[in-house]
Amino acid sequence: MDGTLIPKTEPLLSCKGVSVDYVTAAGNARACNQMTLDIHPGETVGLAGESGCGKSTLAFAITRMHNAPALISEGEILFEGRDVLKMDEEALRKFRWSETAMVFQSAMNALNPVITIGAQLTDVILAHKNVTPAEAHARGEELLEIVGISKSRMTSYPHQLSGGMRQRVVIAIALILRPKLIVMDEPTTALDVVVEREIMDELYQLKEEYGFAILFISHDLGLMGEICDRIGIMYAGNLVELSDAKEILENPQHPYTAGLVSSFPTIHGPKERLFGIPGNPVNLLNLPQGCNFQDRCTKCFAPCKLTDPQLQQVGADPLHFAACHLHDQSPEDAT
Amino acid sequence: MTEMAEITVENMVIDFPVGGSLFRKNYLRAANEVSLTLRAGEAMAIVGESGSGKSTCARAICRIYPPTEGKIVVDGVEITSPDFKWTQREYASKVQMIFQDPFGSLNPVHTIRHHMARPIRIHNPELDADAVEDLIIATLERVGLSPAKQTADKFPYELSGGQRQRVAIARAVAVGAQFILADEPISMLDVSIRLGILNLMDDMKKDGIGFMYITHDIATARYFAERTGVMYVGHMVEWGNSDSVTQTPRHPYTQLLISAVPEPGIRKERKEMAKKADIPVRTPESRGCPFADRCLQAMDHCKTDMPPVKQLEEDHYVRCHLY
Repeated sequence: MDGTLIPKTEPLLSCKGVSVDYVTAAGNARACNQMTLDIHPGETVGLAGESGCGKSTLAFAITRMHNAPALISEGEILFEGRDVLKMDEEALRKFRWSETAMVFQSAMNALNPVITIGAQLTDVILAHKNVTPAEAHARGEELLEIVGISKSRMTSYPHQLSGGMRQRVVIAIALILRPKLIVMDEPTTALDVVVEREIMDELYQLKEEYGFAILFISHDLGLMGEICDRIGIMYAGNLVELSDAKEILENPQHPYTAGLVSSFPTIHGPKERLFGIPGNPVNLLNLPQGCNFQDRCTKCFAPCKLTDPQLQQVGADPLHFAACHLHDQSPEDAT
Repeated sequence: MTEMAEITVENMVIDFPVGGSLFRKNYLRAANEVSLTLRAGEAMAIVGESGSGKSTCARAICRIYPPTEGKIVVDGVEITSPDFKWTQREYASKVQMIFQDPFGSLNPVHTIRHHMARPIRIHNPELDADAVEDLIIATLERVGLSPAKQTADKFPYELSGGQRQRVAIARAVAVGAQFILADEPISMLDVSIRLGILNLMDDMKKDGIGFMYITHDIATARYFAERTGVMYVGHMVEWGNSDSVTQTPRHPYTQLLISAVPEPGIRKERKEMAKKADIPVRTPESRGCPFADRCLQAMDHCKTDMPPVKQLEEDHYVRCHLY
């Protein structure tokens, strides 16, 4: 069983058993283990987890932006049926940005500090489309206006803009070729809540207009619960739970998800002592036998120390999957 | 009644010189008429966006730089008066600071034992080696870093972010600090261990340590701190009991801030809470409410007069002309 069972449409992007290893002197660290995940056209899928759980690694793998020591060791990444991992340099160059764009974690570093915003916007168009510089400039101005920045800012340098404006520019650059999928790696983490809210509202409006799909990577489950259709939870390279956003937050089936959900104090809910998750994240170079979460899990029992749990359908919702031995079918395991 | 230990800040103003010429310096007003009280055994959260002056206030209380105007009184001693004779060391044994980045605040080439021993030796030169070691172990145990002996031998790179932040807290506690000014202590940590650090600090309140908790996450402010103050461009716009401030926010800026906090499962309707305008830069010449340019309910005199402090409830104050 895996997360490919959504019947409505052909998936836009389909990751099948993707594994990514970081090759180090001390051994291979598997940052992404047998990830299977589909994204459908126009869908917003969230991937949540702590730092080092492999969520950004997967995001990079989708457009093959890895450099050594990262190595995609197995799996297929199908984008509209074409395998991204088999593309040659030229096909990859055409595929990147025009079909899948990426918004990186810190907009401060994603923009070149010595080139104007306008040049960075038009550069993308000129590289991919057969247009004159004047047309590219006009398109760049149009996009700045769409993301709520005055077109007079085309001549500004990144340092003349605030953090929120820079992030908007990065979103504009991602949208400029009208990609079908945008991978957003913690797009608002470095921003203040009020700015974050403005950008998310704008992004949502843009999404309704252009109809792109989003792979949204963050550790902020609260924000995800608001904007995502489906949420996947990752721990130590594995997808441990995948379900509808509302379902996963209200009815988490994996102990890690439950811990993560209760790690966020609410602003209006009851004020009670929360406990988060005990212990520290595991070292990917030194994974235990069995479930990776066993040392921090309050419900750990015998099978957890022996075999890796597999993603299986759980609960009443047919599209709710979790990888935990607590949900194993055979009666002797279910104690 | 014995006087409860507290830090009182009254009408603190902090200006920073920002360019200009030799004889005509320009100033930026980083904090304006900030008043607050930190009590032992309690936490006061300061919430605001980046650039709102939260850290500036904490650093001034820590005597990293002097306030331009106003006074800071610690345990009845006015530290801003010219007669104040304590050395920075004596002061530091009462008031300590914890920084945001636990990866940058520990020296990578020294063990945890070294990091712990230094402040203890500096503040208690009379202690012999065994006593120092005992104190190190006891403090590490207290912040949940057991087995303490092994932890003490480790280097910072061997610890996770949460464990390093615990070391930073242990260093502050080991010198017997009564007040800890925590500047975004959890914002760089993994989500699953943030609560552990907050709960640790929460337990320390019972031992009589007072916290100033600087954050941009108003939900954790409500969780951890008894009292919350909201800052906007150097001004404390609303403060008081955390529940009162977060559940019945009165200042339009606090309302904006709370409406921006995501709530799972609810796709919020787009409601305009504030006008789009750049966050203003305040100088000593600026007049009026700092939020007036963005406020939907701004009146004419908002742009010219700074609103006075108004007490709304027993422990809920606001600076807004609406009240």
